[in-house]
Amino acid sequence: MKHSVMMLALAGVTMTGSTAALADMIVKIGFAGPLTGPIAHVGKDEQYGAQLALDDANAKGLSLGGQKVKFELMAEDDQADPRTATTVAQRLADAGVKGVVGHVTSGAAIPASRIYEQAGIPAITPSSTSPKLTQQKYKTTYRVIANDLQQGAAMARFATEVLKAKRIAVIDDRTAYGQGLADAVVDSLKRLGVTPVGREFTTDKSTDFAAILTKLKGAQPDAIFYGGMDAQGAPVLKQMKQLGIAAKYLGGDGACTAEMIKIAGAAMSPDVYCTQAGIPMDKMPGGKDFNERFKKRFGVPVQLYAPYSYDAASALIEAMKLANSAEPAKYLPQLQKVAFKGVTGNIAFDPSGDSREGGVTLYQFNSGKWEARP
Amino acid sequence: METLLQQTVNGLVVGSVYALVALGYTMVYGILGLINFAHGDVLMIGALVALEAIRLIQLYAPDLGLIPTLLGGLGVSVIVCMALGYTIERTAYRRLRNAPRLAPLITAIGVSFLLQTLAMIIWGRNYHTFPQLVSTTPLEPVAGVFITPVQIAILVVSATLMVALLLLVNKTRLGRAMRATAENHKVASLMGVDTNKIIAATFIIGSALAAVAGVMFSSNYGIAHYAMGFMPGLKAFTAAVLGGIGNLGGAMLGGLLLGLVESIGAGYIEDMSFGFLNSSYQDIFAFVILGIVLIFRPTGLLGERVADRA
Repeated sequence: MKHSVMMLALAGVTMTGSTAALADMIVKIGFAGPLTGPIAHVGKDEQYGAQLALDDANAKGLSLGGQKVKFELMAEDDQADPRTATTVAQRLADAGVKGVVGHVTSGAAIPASRIYEQAGIPAITPSSTSPKLTQQKYKTTYRVIANDLQQGAAMARFATEVLKAKRIAVIDDRTAYGQGLADAVVDSLKRLGVTPVGREFTTDKSTDFAAILTKLKGAQPDAIFYGGMDAQGAPVLKQMKQLGIAAKYLGGDGACTAEMIKIAGAAMSPDVYCTQAGIPMDKMPGGKDFNERFKKRFGVPVQLYAPYSYDAASALIEAMKLANSAEPAKYLPQLQKVAFKGVTGNIAFDPSGDSREGGVTLYQFNSGKWEARP
Repeated sequence: METLLQQTVNGLVVGSVYALVALGYTMVYGILGLINFAHGDVLMIGALVALEAIRLIQLYAPDLGLIPTLLGGLGVSVIVCMALGYTIERTAYRRLRNAPRLAPLITAIGVSFLLQTLAMIIWGRNYHTFPQLVSTTPLEPVAGVFITPVQIAILVVSATLMVALLLLVNKTRLGRAMRATAENHKVASLMGVDTNKIIAATFIIGSALAAVAGVMFSSNYGIAHYAMGFMPGLKAFTAAVLGGIGNLGGAMLGGLLLGLVESIGAGYIEDMSFGFLNSSYQDIFAFVILGIVLIFRPTGLLGERVADRA
């Protein structure tokens, strides 16, 4: 017995000895987003996007500090919940991830960002668009997508200048994302001299909006803006029709999805508009190619932000290349110098960590799909 | 005026779904003193099974009319949920019947998670579009007030089922046995009532109602999703407590009242509080009413029996 233990121990020593010399250095990259719950489809999409970026880097065979590197994704489920997000962030930090792609929602990204800041781990969000995230002035917080101030301003301008809407009502789901976007729209509207005729609230778990819509109906709006995700946005639109509200429907990026079209079904019409931070998939420099490779690798089409998630992961890897190290302390300063052509466009960050090239596109529903308006 | 009328219609539609689900909570509580937290998830399973059945029917019998297809889907879902209700009772609760009160409560929460996770594995995380076989084109019976045929169907079906359930409990042999078991199941079994069977029957009936509620819910909103049972489950539980848990009439009253309070609360809370509160306090409004009712009537609106188990 003693003998065999001895043998095993010896074998162990030789094994570790050889692996250290030959095997690749494993660099863990964290991903955090909702992998269960009502918007799990969005989270999974981004997880796949990040995975694809790491696969590509691994296929190229990258060396940092003279050692070959293999990237591994550690995906955690934050349930889009602020409290779970901090737990998950701590778990990723404890597991020694070198960088994080995430979180998906602003409600999760904001509380989690503090933990990454304390741990000194860079976290790049593919899809949290709340202005509050980067207003915290954390050194480790970055994003690759336009923020809601840019998005809300674009929607407000469009509603007043192109649609000529004068009576606009605003609803949000009280999440950091929905509220942030709706507030941005309201602020921009006021700056354009339009005061919203109604402001109502719901939650990201509701399915019945008849009560608040009935109330808004009394204010006779020309257009209703909903700040929230597709899972609620589509029922809002359906129930508008059921209550005989003829107003135009305006949504943010959370409602600019294929799911929105699927769930809202017959309620969709050319009176439905949405904004999307960034540019449409088919106008992304690498969009077409990305979509095909994504489908081939995961067997599902891109839902929403997978290209951004790909670029977020790529930005981490680019910074590591510049620093020739995967150590957060060494490559963090290099994130400011990152400049490359990603799937979604040119990736570069301003001093606050926001994307320099945060474009916003306006979409209109037309014959079965979202059409980007010029 | 038409706004108030519209809010009343909205409230009644939501409320009658709450009421139907609340009946399931209250029946089980009345008999076992157990809060079956998995009940909302039975509603979810009901909706998703119906969705699957309707897809199959549309695939293999596309010529079947809309209503027969819906009834077919509903039938399958009711049967599956009855079997599910029986299985839950048999496997998760029966062995714990004499255990301390907390044990079955925790088990109920466990069953709820189990059902949700299973549904997530089977049906995935995405929202499904539920075929709206009953028309959702709004009718306008009074100028400015809209109601869709599916909402009318919801009101009619829930009212019918509630009356049927009251008749079942008050007029039939099974109902008498259920009431006896609720009062004291040891004594009932001494009197020759097969209490195991009665308790199983209670779960089966409650689950069938949940299945119907699930199909109605999904038909109205046009969506089905593995986490959809949580909110109606929570609201129906609140409704059951509001009406007096353990009391069937109370569950119905509580459900309708909660629906109305929510709807009218969301519509008028801003005016009533002079702009101080807004519709983000919609749920608080409902719970404040619940609190007030419970302060003055701790057993709920219609609850008379002092709960000896809660």
